[in-house]
Amino acid sequence: MTLHKTASPLRRGLPIVALCFVTMVAAVLAAPFIGSTPIRAREVFSPTVAFADNVDAQIFFIARLPRALAAALVGGALAAAGVVFQGLLRNPLATPYTLGVSAGAALGAMLAITFGASWPVVGSVELASLTGALVAVFVVYLLATARQQGLSSTVLLLAGVTLNAFFSALILFVQYASDYAQIFRALRWLMGDLDVVSYRPILSALPLVAIAFAGFAFLARPLNLLALGADAAGTRGVDIERAQRIAFLGGSLATGAAVSVGGPIGFVGIIVPHLVRLVVGADHRLVLPASTFFGAAFLVVCDMIARTVIAPIELPVGVVTAVIGGPFFLWLLLGKR
Amino acid sequence: MLLEAADLVFAYPGGPQILEGVSFGVADGALVGVLGPNGSGKTTLLHLIARSLRPTSGHVRLGGADVSSLPRRLLARRLAVVPQETVLAFDYSVLEIVLMGRYPHLGVFEVEGPGDLSAAMTALESTGTAQLADRPFRTLSGGEKQRVMIASALAQLDDSAVGTTTDDAAPLLLLDEPTASLDLRYQLEVASLLRRLHDRRHVTILLTTHDLRFAASVCTRVILLSKGHVIAEGPPTEVLTPSRVGELYEIDPEMASGVISAEIRGWT
Repeated sequence: MTLHKTASPLRRGLPIVALCFVTMVAAVLAAPFIGSTPIRAREVFSPTVAFADNVDAQIFFIARLPRALAAALVGGALAAAGVVFQGLLRNPLATPYTLGVSAGAALGAMLAITFGASWPVVGSVELASLTGALVAVFVVYLLATARQQGLSSTVLLLAGVTLNAFFSALILFVQYASDYAQIFRALRWLMGDLDVVSYRPILSALPLVAIAFAGFAFLARPLNLLALGADAAGTRGVDIERAQRIAFLGGSLATGAAVSVGGPIGFVGIIVPHLVRLVVGADHRLVLPASTFFGAAFLVVCDMIARTVIAPIELPVGVVTAVIGGPFFLWLLLGKR
Repeated sequence: MLLEAADLVFAYPGGPQILEGVSFGVADGALVGVLGPNGSGKTTLLHLIARSLRPTSGHVRLGGADVSSLPRRLLARRLAVVPQETVLAFDYSVLEIVLMGRYPHLGVFEVEGPGDLSAAMTALESTGTAQLADRPFRTLSGGEKQRVMIASALAQLDDSAVGTTTDDAAPLLLLDEPTASLDLRYQLEVASLLRRLHDRRHVTILLTTHDLRFAASVCTRVILLSKGHVIAEGPPTEVLTPSRVGELYEIDPEMASGVISAEIRGWT
């Protein structure tokens, strides 16, 4: 009989969350060992050789580890933002880019790539894309709250889709004003690439991601109740307006920070949450942390594939995630409902 | 009076008035039905009582306190709502849905404990759905879903785990059109469940319905709502006269007379 349950169903999923965490750590530590120049763990962590003389350690810590860490940060942030946007919009097919954040980021990056040299106010590509993302978030938020209190998911979706289209048009306009070299750079940025060779981009994105995740921690249970509908969640004691605001702003911040590091890498924010839900169920207290860790591991592995599959040429990681993600998305649409 | 609605007026901004001064009371332990045709303002009235909407003017008092002044979580422990239909965005199990009712009893990062699980299992048992606990909610029939949502509401109102006596106001269960999307068999199931909750567990219930015979067979009192006004209130046998029912549904009183005798006699 099932009548005498003594443990919350939550506990059944905790080992999976732990497994996802271990997978993430293993992926981040293993990825730097794989590449064109072979290195050995014994050499890298050798206590007898000074770092300045230790080539293996220099390759590990200076050339490759930043990239693995960046992949983990971007993958974790995108997967978590995907979970949060899917919960906020009550739509399992939402992505971190549904609400216009990536289009704003892309416009900012395009402006920096095209006009950055002659017009230094625009600043670096990272900063410009982050600024563009925040402008898009601000506009969508104003649109969604203009006519009522709280965020209507319908208005959010409409505003996001409209802004995506409008910014895409502006991006085409900027590209029309660019020369060939700039267009090539812009295209590479739009594919999503983790060509990170220092710790600086990670350190500048990390605080933003940390703020977003602090918000996510409060969201896990409210997102569960939101799945019943906003009114039903409200009558169970959830502060709907506050939960929606934290979800929208936190999800957008995490997405903006991730995109500023790696460009609009697709599909991580939708594949990972769905795979995780297949294993741990729908409870956001499990789905959020498990997706964060698994998303980090997933992007580290995808980036490893991108670096090595047709070496010495490096594929942009966005191509790899899209090749895996496209068919997966279709399978999701057609089969698993 | 456990619940008092005082002169409730409601209109969406820029829209017509949906409620034009509605007043009534619900006594502790009553099972009251708000009866009216589509568009009479029943669901809006329920939203106002549950504070999902704010009245344009007027007050809702629960146990003497204005609901707009009650903290969100305290209100949720005293008043639970079963919506007409629940469509989930994600695939939760029945037990998870019922445990969601425990939200207002838990701190921000608190996990459901044995007390919450026993509240959930008690609620499942009293709605006859304990054997469904591990099933995905999505796979249930309409009647099973409705009973699980009632269980979730009961788990929400269950204060026995806390054991506090400071909450002296009795809990109130609101149901919006509990049988609207159900066929006859499930209608009868839900009807007998509501009567059982009322008779044996003394739950105070306020429900909306447009179904005359459901109201007549289940409720101890009915409130007739027409175009935003209360046109009559009292025990069903006294209130449901041919002329009132004719007025309520805008049909000929003689036709109403036939409907009433056939439907009410058929049920009791």
